[in-house]
Amino acid sequence: MDFSLSREEQELKDAFHAFFAQEMKKKPKDMGHIYHNDASFEFHRYMMERLGEKGWIAHTWPKAYGGQDAPIMHQYLFNMVRAEHGAPGIDTFGVEMFAPTLLLAASEEQKQRLLPPIARGEVVYCQGWSEPNAGSDLASVKTSARLDGDHYVINGQKIWNTGGNYADRMFLLARTNPNEPRGKGVSVFTVSMDVPGIEVRPIEYMDGRGEVYNYNEVFLTDVRVPVADRIGPENMGWKITRETMNFERSGVGGFVLAEKMLKQIIEYAKNHKRGGQLLSKSPVIREKIADLWSQLQAASTIATRIAWLQDDGGRSFPPHYASESKVLATEIIQKVNNLAMEVLGPYGQLSNSQYAPIPGVVEQYMMSVGANIYAGSNEIQRNIIAWAGLRLPRFS
Amino acid sequence: MDLSFTEEEEMIREAVARLLEKACSFDEVKKLEESPAGYSPEFWRQMAELDLLGVTLPEEYGGAGLPFIFSAIIMEELGKAAAPTPFHSTVVLCGDLIATCGSDSQKQAILPAIAAGQLILTLAQLEAEGVYGEDGVQMKASQFGAGYQLSGEKFFVADANIADKLIVAARLPEGITLFLVDAADSGLDIAKMPTVSMDNLCHVVFHNVEAQLLGEAGMGWQALASINSKAAVAKSAEMVGGAGTALKMTVSYSKEREQYGKPIGGYQILQHYMANMLMAFDTSFNYLYKVVWKIDDGQPFATEAAALKAYVNESYKFITERSIQIHGGIGTTRECDIGLFYRRAKLSEYACGHSQHHYETVAQALGL
Repeated sequence: MDFSLSREEQELKDAFHAFFAQEMKKKPKDMGHIYHNDASFEFHRYMMERLGEKGWIAHTWPKAYGGQDAPIMHQYLFNMVRAEHGAPGIDTFGVEMFAPTLLLAASEEQKQRLLPPIARGEVVYCQGWSEPNAGSDLASVKTSARLDGDHYVINGQKIWNTGGNYADRMFLLARTNPNEPRGKGVSVFTVSMDVPGIEVRPIEYMDGRGEVYNYNEVFLTDVRVPVADRIGPENMGWKITRETMNFERSGVGGFVLAEKMLKQIIEYAKNHKRGGQLLSKSPVIREKIADLWSQLQAASTIATRIAWLQDDGGRSFPPHYASESKVLATEIIQKVNNLAMEVLGPYGQLSNSQYAPIPGVVEQYMMSVGANIYAGSNEIQRNIIAWAGLRLPRFS
Repeated sequence: MDLSFTEEEEMIREAVARLLEKACSFDEVKKLEESPAGYSPEFWRQMAELDLLGVTLPEEYGGAGLPFIFSAIIMEELGKAAAPTPFHSTVVLCGDLIATCGSDSQKQAILPAIAAGQLILTLAQLEAEGVYGEDGVQMKASQFGAGYQLSGEKFFVADANIADKLIVAARLPEGITLFLVDAADSGLDIAKMPTVSMDNLCHVVFHNVEAQLLGEAGMGWQALASINSKAAVAKSAEMVGGAGTALKMTVSYSKEREQYGKPIGGYQILQHYMANMLMAFDTSFNYLYKVVWKIDDGQPFATEAAALKAYVNESYKFITERSIQIHGGIGTTRECDIGLFYRRAKLSEYACGHSQHHYETVAQALGL
C-alpha cells in the first residue's frame, strides 16, 4: 500500500501550484464563478489560453492531437491543484465531455480538426443533451436530425444548457432514426453557435439570478449541420456517449472544494463569538466540524483510488466508482454548505455584499442543490452503483 | 502510488481466510458466544501454528517483524467472520506495548510466548466512568517493598477472563504508569460484563495485587496514546471486514428473497439503501488502508486514526442497521447470522474510543 507521489509527480504538482499562484494574482477583483460576470469569463478565457500554452489542458491525449501522452495521474494532480486555487481555465464541456467522445468515436479528419483547438484552449463548448422530456431518461431525446443531401437539418429544443450564450460551439444528441424511440436512434453532432436557427434563452434561477448556473434553453430551428460534423456512425450516439469514459473521472475537484469551504468555516468559528463564547468552543460545532472533516477524508480516498485504477491504461476501472465519487462529492459539499449556514447563523443567508462574512458561501449553498441533479442525478448514480457495483437485478 | 496489496500480504490474507473458513463458521461463533471462555483455544493454537500471532512482533523476540499492515489484514479477515479471538488485546495492544516499553527480560519472557500462542494478554485501562482518554485513568498504584501494588477497579477489559497477564494503567505520583500483573494473582476478581455482543468484556477488581513496572514511571500515557491510536486503526480494520460481510450477505439475500413475485433487490428503494451501504464500505476500506500506510510510512497518524475510527464507527452501524432492515423480520432473530454483525458494530464502536471521543481529538487537531 503506497499513497505517496513519485518524485516526478511531486515536481509536477509543485509546478502546477507555482503556475496558479502566479496567474491567479491577475484575477479580476470581483471574480466569481466563470459566468459570474463578463470579467470572470474573460479571465477564464485568458486562463484557458495560458493552460493551452503550457500543454496542461489535455495531459492524457495523444501528442498528435495536442495532448501530452501523460498518465491519468498527471491529470488528477492538475485537477486537484487547480481546484485548490479555485482557478478557472478548463472548459469542462469541451475537455471533459466532448473530447473523450471525439477520441473514442471521431474520424481521423475530425480528430485532427476538432481536438487541437480544445487542447490549445481556443474554443468554448456547451452541451445539448437534456430536453424538457428527456432528463434522467436521456435516451428518449426527441430533437430530430433529418438527412438532406450532405447536411442534416436539426429541429428541437434543448434544456439545462450551461453557458450557451458564451460558447463558440455546441455538441448535441439528436434523433437520426424517427422510428427508433430510444438510444439506438440517436447520433452525436457538433455545430457552431453562430449558424442560423440557434436561439439561446436564459433560464432564471430560483433566486432570480442568472449567473449562478447560467443555464439556458436552446431552440434549434432548421439548423443545417454538415454530415462531416456528425461524430461516429449514424444511430450510434447513445452507445458512444455511454462509453465515453477514458478521461480523469476521480472527481477530485469536488472534494477539494468541500475541504476549502470547511477550512473557511473553521477559521470563522475560531474568530467569532456568539453569546460571549467563541463558536469554536461550542461542543456542537466542534463535533459537527470534526465529523464532516472525517467524512471528507474518507470520501476523498475514493478519488485517489479512481485515479490510481485509471492510470496506466486502466486497471479494470469499475465505472460505478465514478458514480460513487459524484454522489459522495456533491453530497458532502452540500453538507459542508449546510454546516456553513449553521455556523454563520443569520449571516448565512446573505448574498455577496459588505454584510456577508464569507464571500460566495450562500452562492455555493444555492448551487449545491443543483449539483445533486446535474451530470446524472444522484438517484441515477445510485442506480448505476446498485446495478454495476452490486449486480442487483434491473426490472424492465 | 500503488494501492494494491503485495503478494506476501495477499498470502497472509488467504491463510487467515482459509483457516476461518475451515474452523470458524457462524454456528461456531454463536457457540463460542455462549461459552464462558468466549473464544476457541484450538483456533488460537492454529493461528499460532500459521505464525499469525507473531507477524508484527520484533524478530529478535520470536516475531516476523513485519509492518503494521499485516495486523490490519489479519484483523480485517477476523472481522469478516465475526471471529471471537484475543488477537486485538494480546497481539495488537499488549504485544506492541511490551515491544515498545518492556525491559529486555520482559520482552524475552512474553513476546515469544505470545507468538507461540502460549500467552494471552489484555490491557486494563477504562474505569467506572468509561472514559477512554487520559482522565479515564484514576486508579492509584502504590510502592510495596521493591515492587508495586494495585487496588481498585477496571471496567470494560476485553478478554480478562482468559488472560494470563494484564497490563494495567494506574497512577503513581509521577503520573500514569503501566504495570504488568499476573492474572492468577489471588487478589484479582474477574467477572464478565454481559454485553449485546456476548463477548469477553470484564470487570476486574484489584485487592492489593502485586504489579511489575512496565516502562518508566509516569510515562504510561505517552505509550498508551500512541498504541491506542494504532489499536483504533486495527479495530477499524476488523470493523471494515465485518461491514463487508454484512453488505455481501444482504446483497445476496436481496437477490434470493422474493416478494410480489420478484427479488426484493430489484426494488429501487432497497437498491439505493445498498448503494449507500457500498459507498460507506468503499470509503471506509480505502481510508483504512490510507491510514495504515501512513503508520507504516512513519508519518504522523493520530488525527487520521481518530477520524478513521469515528468514520468507521458510523459506517459499520449504518451498514448493519440497513442490513437488518433489508433482511426483514428474519434479520432480527438469533437464527439469522446478520445479527452477529449488528451486535459487533455496537461492541466495536466503544472499543478503542467511540465517535465523540475521536471527534474531540480531530477538533483539537483542527485548531478548534
